[in-house]
Amino acid sequence: MIRLENISKSYQKGVPALNDVNIHINPGEFVFIVGDSGSGKSTLIKLLLAELEPSKGKIVINGKDLKGIKHRAIPKFRRNIGCVFQDFRLLPDRNVYENVAFAMRVIEAPKKEIKRKVPIMLSMVGLAAKYRSLPRQLSGGEQQRVAIARALVNEPKILLADEPTGNLDNKNAWEIMKLLDEINERGTTVVVVTHNMEIVNAMNKRVITIKKGVVVSDEDRGEDDEI
Amino acid sequence: MKFSTLLYNFVQGFKNIWRNKMFSLASIATMTACIFLFGLFYSLGTNFEKVVKDVEESVSVTVFFNEGISDVEVQRIGEAISQRREIAKYEYVSADQAWESFKDVYFDGDENAAASFAGDNPLANSANYQIYLSDVEGQDDLVTFLQSLDGVREVRYSQVAAKTLTDFNRLMKYIFVSIVAILIAVAVFLISNTITVGISVRKEEIAIMKLIGAKDSFVRSPFVVEGVAIGLIGSVIPLLILWVLYNRIITYVADKFKFLSGMMDFVPASTVFKTLVPVALLLGVGIGYIGSRFTLRKHLQV
Ligand SMILES: Nc1ncnc2c1ncn2[C@@H]1O[C@H](COP(=O)(O)OP(=O)(O)O)[C@@H](O)[C@H]1O
Ligand SMILES: [Mg+2]
Repeated sequence: MIRLENISKSYQKGVPALNDVNIHINPGEFVFIVGDSGSGKSTLIKLLLAELEPSKGKIVINGKDLKGIKHRAIPKFRRNIGCVFQDFRLLPDRNVYENVAFAMRVIEAPKKEIKRKVPIMLSMVGLAAKYRSLPRQLSGGEQQRVAIARALVNEPKILLADEPTGNLDNKNAWEIMKLLDEINERGTTVVVVTHNMEIVNAMNKRVITIKKGVVVSDEDRGEDDEI
Repeated sequence: MKFSTLLYNFVQGFKNIWRNKMFSLASIATMTACIFLFGLFYSLGTNFEKVVKDVEESVSVTVFFNEGISDVEVQRIGEAISQRREIAKYEYVSADQAWESFKDVYFDGDENAAASFAGDNPLANSANYQIYLSDVEGQDDLVTFLQSLDGVREVRYSQVAAKTLTDFNRLMKYIFVSIVAILIAVAVFLISNTITVGISVRKEEIAIMKLIGAKDSFVRSPFVVEGVAIGLIGSVIPLLILWVLYNRIITYVADKFKFLSGMMDFVPASTVFKTLVPVALLLGVGIGYIGSRFTLRKHLQV
């Protein structure tokens, strides 16, 4: 599903943000990526979204080799990947419904489909009642739910989350993580970058640790594998 | 792009104008001023051209024949003249007609003085073709051609009048073209500025669109709609103003300066606007389109 082989990435000339990274994620997995600030986690996410090109190495996602992907082909490629960020990135002048519907408009989904699916997504994230609110009228946790609904409304196979709970209090962070877990249960491959070790330790998932651009550990704490 | 997407982006374009009120308004105002000036120069130019044309049409070339030329030969020369494209019209003036008009001018109706020449037309050899040109620029060519014809004794023409008119015409064209070029440059620059502001205000939004998987055309189209709409509004307004103004002025001048009538006729509004409306609209829309595309390429890389 996601395969990084010998990936290195340097910005200009300096210390590489990522150095010879090898990661292999299977369909349906839930993976945490942890590491100190500046260790290269966001760089990794950007590489997966084809926002950046690796300096070295090979990335294959959904069977697609990103090497030399044409600028024109990138939009279509991204439609198979949902993404969520620390700062939510909602459109401030549009309400909850419009923010989610927007993702479908962008891919030119039929109107009927939009009308059918947006409410389903909103009730899945527990915001059906607030569909007319503007982002600034919502709590951080609620805004992140809208972002998740938007990321998933086009049914991507992969969901990437870069510090989705970074701006949230503990209670909201937990709720978002539980939601991501549910989404994973339904079959979506989920990759979550986070700082919140408390949650990581409690959730018993595969954890990849990056330090200064290098993968220092990759352990599967999945319950199934425990003896 | 699907129709519903098109419609969506169309609406977004207008929302952009609204969100970006001050700059949109400034662009529309400048656009209006530019197109207004363009229209003003065009209407003035059209009327000027008419005046020049009237003068041009009074410029004539006279062709005299060899002594004792036959009627057949005169007719042949006439046919040769009629083939020329720079000719508006030509007429044959017989020796008698020439004498009549000469008498009118020189003896000023003094029949006795004129009568002393009775029966002996002193202008017996002055039968001629009077040629009026449609375009004075062609006079030199025509004269050369006429002089080369068999049976032509003399070609009389005014070098100065033709040259002055030709030079004047050229000057007017250069002035008009330069003014229009400047106006277009200013308008493109302003539209481009508005779009740049629009892009910087919505940088976030554009980044989000791209992450979600929006195609370049999707990101671009609201901005193009915005530019074209500004261009369109900015050309409709000045056209309306010009229409009202033009008609008012015609009526006013015709009323106040009755003694001028006949000497100076205005080109009717319908004639002026038949060309001005499509040209101005095209110009407005074109400037809006090019201005926004140009800016998008520069700032969006989409
Ligand atoms: N656009 C950029 N230009 C130059 N250096 C960058 C850029 N983005 C990130 N970096 C550098 O790359 C390293 C990794 O950054 P990042 O991937 O954002 O880390 P993390 O998300 O783990 O905090 C850092 O040293 C950071 O300063
Ligand atoms: Mg980061």
